Amino acid sequence: MMYLKRDTLFKLPKAKRLRSSIAALAMAGAASIPVASAQAEDVLRVAMTAADIPINIGQPDQGFEGFRFMGYMLYDTLVLWDLSKSGQPASLTPGLAESWAVDPANPERWVFKLRKGVKYHDGSEFTADDVVWNFAKVRDTKAPQYEPKQAALVAVRIPALKEVNKIDDYTVEIITKGVSAYVPYQVSFWFMSSQEQWEKVGSWAEFAKSPSGTGPWKFVSQTPRAKVEMVPNKNYWNPKRVPKVDRVILRPIPEASARVAALLSGQVDFVEAPPPDAIPRLKSSGMKIVTNAYPHNWAIKPSRIKGSPWNDINVRKAANLCIDRDGMNKMLGGLSVPSQGHLPPGDTWFGSPTFKLGYRPDDARKLMAASGHSAKKPLTVKIAISTSGSGQMQPLPMFEFLQANLNECYFDVQAEVMEWNALTSFHRKPANSKDAVSKSINGAIVSHATQDPYSGFERFFLSSRISPAGSNWGMIKNPWYDKTLAKAAKTFDPDKLAKILASVHEYAVNNAEWIWVTHDVNPRALAPHVKGFVQAKSWFQDLTPISIKR
Amino acid sequence: MLLYICKRLIYSVPIAIGVSIICFALVHIGPGDPLSTLLPEDAPQEVVDRLKAEYGLDKPIVLQYAIWLGKALTGDFGISIVTSRPVLAEVLPSLVNSLILAIGGALLGFFVGILFGGLAGYFHGRPLDRIFTGMAITGVSVPHYWLAIVLVIIFAVELSWLPALGMNPTGSTEFNFSVDNFRHMVLPVISLSVIPAGIVTRTVRGVFAELLNQEFTEALRSKGMNELHVIRHVAKNAAPQVLAVMGLQMGYLLGGSILIETVFAWPGTGLLLNNAIFSRDIPLLQGTILVLALIFVALNLLVDVAQATLDPRIKR
Repeated sequence: MMYLKRDTLFKLPKAKRLRSSIAALAMAGAASIPVASAQAEDVLRVAMTAADIPINIGQPDQGFEGFRFMGYMLYDTLVLWDLSKSGQPASLTPGLAESWAVDPANPERWVFKLRKGVKYHDGSEFTADDVVWNFAKVRDTKAPQYEPKQAALVAVRIPALKEVNKIDDYTVEIITKGVSAYVPYQVSFWFMSSQEQWEKVGSWAEFAKSPSGTGPWKFVSQTPRAKVEMVPNKNYWNPKRVPKVDRVILRPIPEASARVAALLSGQVDFVEAPPPDAIPRLKSSGMKIVTNAYPHNWAIKPSRIKGSPWNDINVRKAANLCIDRDGMNKMLGGLSVPSQGHLPPGDTWFGSPTFKLGYRPDDARKLMAASGHSAKKPLTVKIAISTSGSGQMQPLPMFEFLQANLNECYFDVQAEVMEWNALTSFHRKPANSKDAVSKSINGAIVSHATQDPYSGFERFFLSSRISPAGSNWGMIKNPWYDKTLAKAAKTFDPDKLAKILASVHEYAVNNAEWIWVTHDVNPRALAPHVKGFVQAKSWFQDLTPISIKR
Repeated sequence: MLLYICKRLIYSVPIAIGVSIICFALVHIGPGDPLSTLLPEDAPQEVVDRLKAEYGLDKPIVLQYAIWLGKALTGDFGISIVTSRPVLAEVLPSLVNSLILAIGGALLGFFVGILFGGLAGYFHGRPLDRIFTGMAITGVSVPHYWLAIVLVIIFAVELSWLPALGMNPTGSTEFNFSVDNFRHMVLPVISLSVIPAGIVTRTVRGVFAELLNQEFTEALRSKGMNELHVIRHVAKNAAPQVLAVMGLQMGYLLGGSILIETVFAWPGTGLLLNNAIFSRDIPLLQGTILVLALIFVALNLLVDVAQATLDPRIKR
């Protein structure tokens, strides 16, 4: 059995005093504590928020946490995200494909040049055959390797892909359904499992016991609901990303206070999402709190069905002007970025909206008065909100804060509180569904990722993406979005695409399409001996630069 | 006795079926569905429909129940929607882990309960009675998850004497008889034992106090029997009632405490249920609840048999 070094940071003066005052008991207790022994290897122990180990055969579940801690660790995609910088939003970077380009003669055909000499963890070589095989895994229901859950998990990520064909051992062509400039983004979510390993073990159930990808970490073992262990892939194709620690242990600990206690008692070294009220305690114990803005959005999605009060732009603008976002940030212990628009400030596609979000309640009341509302005749709105949930931050206190703000501006804000799973089910149906109409719900707070053109814009503003075909819950139907986003999807020049997407962002903000509140900063707490972690502006993070220096 | 056991076994069948219907209905009545957790929110409808068919969730609810019950009778509790592992393979190791905690919690809780309750009953109305009764009320009233958090803060975070969570330092879910494993058990066992200790204390106190005031006790004393022998008689008479309460408490403990197991990340049935509830993993939820309910029924049966053995009047 391997004993890990005991952390020394709890030898605080107070604890020391307490220890000395009950020395006899301490001695008895200490006798049974694993002693700090010479540690054979540097182990990074991470507490995830997930309740279980994400699926390990390729496409992970557990949302983007699964991508973060299983997907991009064991596997690679043709195009990866550059997670090496903290100062700018993560951008696409070559992965298993060294380069890619759309065919000038046929915009529905992309050619990807694959990296040579990449080996799977089982020793087999990554070639074009693997790309074709992995496509059949999630698309060809007749292929022996077809896996329905994997197919379901990736379906929404690669909607444009129609065919994948081998040109030669290191070149593949991707045929799309219509013209799509977003193919590089889409393939960044599609992981490559080892065909040879699958054929050797014979089934996905067996593959799960010894999964094989090309990623920077190699699978060692896992215990359901308890832990997964990985070691560095010393032969990783990118030498800059060969992990520095000797082993990583990922533990699912969904309870926030349990994660904090685990860090403070030295049972883990790296904690995801510590609760804001634990931050001072963690800091006082010498823990490092790292944060960074990332493409996350916490906002009210207003219903735009016939008769909805949110159809009045004055009302939407008034709500956007009546939220004390800085005050909310203070309430959250500074662990948020107040919204200035749909995307976090500084985002590549932010543009220059003319409608400036802010806390100007007098202006808000004027707009409400212009639409016939007053303190005596407030506008009743009812918002669906969850008690907790992925990316929802601290939903109930935040909602109460929001409610108090808006009620000062002639709103009468009511809540329909649901459990997270119930809210996601509710949100799968559009604003005119029986569920929403029967309860008079005309708004919903469901946090979202906004890191690519589809996630950031298409699924929210295209009329073809009304739930359940997308996340356009409010049923926005605006030909301008349909036309402009269709144009964006056909724009292959990255600079031109960025300009179009910035114009979409400006248009959305100027029209106050949503009531934007804040962006999460994804706090993490690290033990003092954890060095080298760079928190990227992304939902995904890279654990390879981390070292342990005690 | 054999006839009595057979009769009780037959009574258990409709109870088990009733439990299965209730647990099946309950997990379906609740809002939300397992695919909402599993799939991205904007997963195409055809993909959702295909996966629903894959898991049989597209069939009428009555048919789903019939299929599930048919399979459950053959020991096949289905496959977890979230983890794709067989439900029984998920439930059994968790059950063993909860059993480990339950035995620890029961031993501690029952010992404290019997001791404090016996003393409180014997010294009925005196200061010692008030102290133990106060402690029992506190034990029953203090939220055990709160106590668990306080214990973690004191003994794991501040003093670093005991681990904050998990079953052992390696993070595995296998129990072995090592000092490390026992250290991991200390805080959850204490937290778990508080409620049964309080309930058993109050029960034992009440029964003891009542029996000590009865005529047969006076008769024993007046015959010159020494006090220890009197207490032995009182304890024997109190046993059936106390046993019934302890049996129920053991059932609750075996079911695993969702809150305690969540606070300590103890991989038992409580944590399993908690995860299954939040992910709407219907097969896992149904399987776990049914297994726990059957254990509860079996435990009640055992208690009834034990009571009948101790007090043959109960069989009538």
